[in-house]
Amino acid sequence: MKQFLRSVSLVLTCLLVVLSTGSALAQSQAVPPAVEEVLQKLPEASLRETGELVQQLEQVGGAEMRPLFETMLAGDLYFHKTSGELMAVQKNIAGELIGRDVFTGAELGVQGRRDIKKIRVNNRLRGQLRDAIGRIDLLHGSEAEKRTAVLAILDDLSANNLSLLQSAADVGVSKSVGDLIELANAMVRLRDGSTTDDRLAAIALMDDRLEAPVRNQLRRLVDDENEQDAAVKAAAQEALENITERIEFYGQMEQLFFGLSLGSVLLLAAIGLAITFGVMGVINMAHGEMIMLGAYTTYVIQQLMPASIEYSLLVAVPAAFLVSGSVGVLIERGVIRHLQGRPLETLLATFGISLILQQAVRSIFSPLNMQVVTPEWMSGSLAINPVFSVTYNRLYILLFALAVFVTLLTILKKSSLGLNVRAVSQNRDMAKAMGVRTEMVDAMTFGLGSGIAGVAGVALSQLTNVGPNLGQSYIIDSFMVVVFGGVGNLLGTLVGGFSLGVANKFLEPATGAVLANIIVLVCLILFIQKRPKGLFPQRGRAAE
Amino acid sequence: MNAMSNLIEKMTRVLTELRQPGKGSSMLVGVLLATTLAMSAANLLLPADSAFYVSTYTITLMGKYLCFAMLAMAVDIIWGYCGILSLGHGAFFALGGYGMGMYLMRQIGDRGVYGNPDLPDFMVFLNWQELPWYWFGMDQFWFAVLMALAIPGLLAFVFGWLAFRSRVTGVYLSIMTQALTYALMLAFFRNEMGFGGNNGLTDFKDILGFDLQADATRVALLLVTTLLLVIAFITSRAIVQSRLGRVIVAVRDAEARARFLGYRTERYKVWLFVYSALIAAVAGMLYVPQVGIINPGEFSPLNSIEVVVWVAVGGRGTLYGAIVGALLVNYAKTRFTAIMPDGWLFALGALFVIVTVYLPQGLAGLLQRFGRSESVQAARREEDAGSDSGISTREVNA
Amino acid sequence: MQLKKFVAGLAFAAGTSVISTVALAAETIKVGVLHSLSGTMAISETTLKDTVLMMVDEQNRKGGLLGKKLEAVVVDPASDWPLFAEKARELLTKEKVDVIFGCWTSVSRKSVLPVVEELNGLMFYPVQYEGEESSKNVFYTGASPNQQAIPAVDYLMSDLEVDRWVLAGTDYVYPRTTNKILEAYLESKGVAKEDIMINYTPFGHSDWQSIVSDIKKFGSAGKKTAVVSTINGDANVPFYKELANQGVSSEDIPVVAFSVGEEELSGIDTGPLVGHLAAWNYFQGIDSESNDYFVQQWKKFIGDEKRVTNDPMEATYIGFNMWAKAVEKAGTTDVDAVEQAMIGIEFPNLTGGTAKMNKNHHLSKPVFIGEIQDDGQFEVVWATDDVVAGDAWSDFLPGSKDLIADWTAPIKCGNYNTKSKACSGQAE
Repeated sequence: MKQFLRSVSLVLTCLLVVLSTGSALAQSQAVPPAVEEVLQKLPEASLRETGELVQQLEQVGGAEMRPLFETMLAGDLYFHKTSGELMAVQKNIAGELIGRDVFTGAELGVQGRRDIKKIRVNNRLRGQLRDAIGRIDLLHGSEAEKRTAVLAILDDLSANNLSLLQSAADVGVSKSVGDLIELANAMVRLRDGSTTDDRLAAIALMDDRLEAPVRNQLRRLVDDENEQDAAVKAAAQEALENITERIEFYGQMEQLFFGLSLGSVLLLAAIGLAITFGVMGVINMAHGEMIMLGAYTTYVIQQLMPASIEYSLLVAVPAAFLVSGSVGVLIERGVIRHLQGRPLETLLATFGISLILQQAVRSIFSPLNMQVVTPEWMSGSLAINPVFSVTYNRLYILLFALAVFVTLLTILKKSSLGLNVRAVSQNRDMAKAMGVRTEMVDAMTFGLGSGIAGVAGVALSQLTNVGPNLGQSYIIDSFMVVVFGGVGNLLGTLVGGFSLGVANKFLEPATGAVLANIIVLVCLILFIQKRPKGLFPQRGRAAE
Repeated sequence: MNAMSNLIEKMTRVLTELRQPGKGSSMLVGVLLATTLAMSAANLLLPADSAFYVSTYTITLMGKYLCFAMLAMAVDIIWGYCGILSLGHGAFFALGGYGMGMYLMRQIGDRGVYGNPDLPDFMVFLNWQELPWYWFGMDQFWFAVLMALAIPGLLAFVFGWLAFRSRVTGVYLSIMTQALTYALMLAFFRNEMGFGGNNGLTDFKDILGFDLQADATRVALLLVTTLLLVIAFITSRAIVQSRLGRVIVAVRDAEARARFLGYRTERYKVWLFVYSALIAAVAGMLYVPQVGIINPGEFSPLNSIEVVVWVAVGGRGTLYGAIVGALLVNYAKTRFTAIMPDGWLFALGALFVIVTVYLPQGLAGLLQRFGRSESVQAARREEDAGSDSGISTREVNA
Repeated sequence: MQLKKFVAGLAFAAGTSVISTVALAAETIKVGVLHSLSGTMAISETTLKDTVLMMVDEQNRKGGLLGKKLEAVVVDPASDWPLFAEKARELLTKEKVDVIFGCWTSVSRKSVLPVVEELNGLMFYPVQYEGEESSKNVFYTGASPNQQAIPAVDYLMSDLEVDRWVLAGTDYVYPRTTNKILEAYLESKGVAKEDIMINYTPFGHSDWQSIVSDIKKFGSAGKKTAVVSTINGDANVPFYKELANQGVSSEDIPVVAFSVGEEELSGIDTGPLVGHLAAWNYFQGIDSESNDYFVQQWKKFIGDEKRVTNDPMEATYIGFNMWAKAVEKAGTTDVDAVEQAMIGIEFPNLTGGTAKMNKNHHLSKPVFIGEIQDDGQFEVVWATDDVVAGDAWSDFLPGSKDLIADWTAPIKCGNYNTKSKACSGQAE
């Protein structure tokens, strides 16, 4: 969301700049001399001095300084070593450094790497810049920018900031921003108010707000031993309890989402295995490497289309399916076919294959992790309220996992391939006698399972490392999920994945991540003793 | 070329003889004892520049291989003879190892870097105040050995009792054993457990008062390992050839039928599982003083899978096949990691694939095929095919 | 009978290879390289193997050492800790190497330690670690906690005015020890116990949702909060991704990491991480002539313009060059002579200034704090004025505050108790 807003604001600033330059052209230079004077000090300044300069700039330059601050914040502000001229520098697609005027955006041409030097920015400075931009936005920015700015001010209710809020309110704001400003005023009244009634009214306003500064102020008040007013203290206590209760509720919601998200990852990792292992009975130790191949495919696709990263994942999904799927078919034709009826031996052969694939990736791509870029639309989070937000990548992956599941189920239930697969898995000889080309079906099934694993790899590349060990970290979990759900039952895999994920996440706060994992495993072992065939045992002749 | 085929022929004959009960086992026992004795003597008696000198490196390496061989044999007993594929035998091995490791740790006494007489070093710098209760008594050798056997034995019993009673079989059982060792690995990684976390237990000084760094101690450990391997081999051989062993094979080939005949199959399975776990634990106990470290990595499910691979390479259901497989694969690993450090995984992976596809009976099967006359071979093949498919269908469906 | 011959043949084959290497040993100086090339640690250690090979090349081009060529002997301990001990023994007894460069994880070093001590080998360990060790046979060229963790915390406290601390780490000995030290240090600086949150996760932890959300909650208490991360290798990518997605920016809650360098960043999209910090003794981005040369040389050697350099590489570089200097000074590769010659050896850092090998086998090096940039490099925002001497034993741990290491006469001890004036744990 933030990313999105940022890009929107960038576009807006560009527009503004264009508009203002249009009118300012006649006035020769947009930069007033007072600002110019400060700007000249920038190249020489130490980090600490830069901070002071930014303060001065905000005072003398006001809203005009926004593009400069934005450029600094992005780390794009450079100066020319000989002329001392300030400029915004960015790389174009060809990798050349293109300089632009900070304020007008006018191109200054290609810059030599050695000719320019960056104006250094550190963390503290970045915070300062962001606050300064916030203050500018409060009066001039978009709705969302104003919101962010007011939220930032809640943490620092100084007289200066309050008067800024007042002028913002005078300019006119939307209802939600207005509410926030009112909240800020309430917080001030609670802090500085003289009569009990006034302060109680302020608490009433703050009663159901989830913003962290509200909580912190109430807590400080409750803990404050100098606070004389018992009624205010009691009201604050009650408000705090109210808020905590709501936060706890959202905390539970959040955990549920975390659990579902972990479950969706487990489901994705396991679903291909549910085909190769569950349906075909091949103990496919190379399953993890199929996932890995999918992730590497994503990497390669992104390398091939660096200009359109946003769509790379859409291309990567079918590509990964094809890559992993065809490797799967090769494995089936080359090795597994020869192990017909000896499923435990497939474990050994596929274990060997997994070693070979890992080392192959290490030789081809180097043992280092590969960088897979997350597209804009998968970055950031959807804020439902100040204490509960859902990250986009997790949300999309959850939906994607469900989509993959439904697709797979449809293939198995509705298509003729699915019919054949089910026939062969239930009774190979009979299927063969009925004219099903079992060999063909085997290859297709294995290819399908592997291809799905590859698709899972695309999703996982967005969450974790793309490296030679990627597969290994999911293989054990995948087997657990399939066995827990019941071998040969896709629905079992779905339920298994989600219940393991949710159980893990609800245990984690109490026990820590490791212990939660151990407890889940032990419960799983005990569960299998109770129901030796998993959650949804396969019925029919093949199940003995 | 001629020498090569000659060698193969010889090995073939040897292994064919091994196949026959009695004679074979005494052969293997003899060879093992003779080799290790010769190596020991060469290490201790010959000067270091002699052409026949065996370095201490080779001695410890051999000791390590033999521990692995014992572990592989433990897996073979339940997998080859009872059809229980355990992907978690490393757990019993490591638990045995930790028992021994705790004893060795306590033997360090105040010779640790912090000079604390009671606490092992890793507890001192993590600021533990006193020894956790489960460490008490581990400074006594007999108690440590008892624990190193009792804990894995008990774990195997409880796990086996639960699993076999509720008829968890085949793939489900394999995955459960894997879950078991995985859970233990995660647990031992935790520093709060008091087993040294990721670093495990290391920096041992001496065992029963003998310096672990001394050549004589190493040789003695090698000999003890060989002796125990031989004892375990003979005992296991006796078990599988007894009436009990036949029931076990019957359980493997047709469990339902055996049950209908009145055998309490789960009992046989539980006790065999415990026996196998105990052998694994002994292997672990011998392993630790020889390699000088025990850490949670030994619990890793991949390690356990590797053990299964050794057995498969050697040929399962033969006992000696497991030993030969473990020795060969590990020797290959040692050589490959030194000769072709960048590509040895290709070789190892390919070896596994080739063995499983082309040598379903492992090396033992290959050598038998060479060694047998045509008619016998044909008969045998039929028999193998029969029993083989018997195992596997049950394993899929169970 | 025949099988016996067969096994004896195997043993003989092993034996002959020993003999053949003995014959060769006189002609070259052998440099053992003991880094994992497969398994989980290959990702970090392969680079160091290549660095040593590059250094050996370079030294040979300069004419070798003592008139002999150097020969690298590479083995793969495959991220398997007992195998590290076995391979170390192989390098020392079979290959008869004169020095070993190797290990990354603490456990691998602990596994190798008894072997190098027993066989009186010489090993250089190039990675930042938890300290609490000093062996006669090992030189530690990476940072100890007082060269990384404590300066970083000082920086956060003074420059960013951090009052609330999250110490997040992977559950193994390095984070445990570092966090113990930091906890004691923070408390000595007046930080309240409830302002410190400690969290441990397993290796390769990939689901950081709950923990990041906890950090967020912890950081919303109105005080400036920072995360001190000792999270290891593979777990970092998902951790940083989750931070970015949950909207934790470096301005709200900065993360300072001790195990994240240029190489780890090369596997991450660093755009959202700008401003997070790392503390090291070296950054690729530091401008100096020797560093430029080193970076170019590395890129050429590896044949990849995009490859980066990192701190353990510099540690390897310094270690290797110091060893070469010490061998020339001692005039032999004999371990005892080289060990004594090493102490006091100086060698210029790639970042300027001079590193010095101290009596405790640890280096004096400068400390830098860098901020992550969007090109995957670091920009130095703070540096120590002078070099900092590495402590083998931390002053902030109750067990080790009286211990020092001094390998010069008359003490000659890695764990000398300054109170009892005794070398603890020394077998008489």
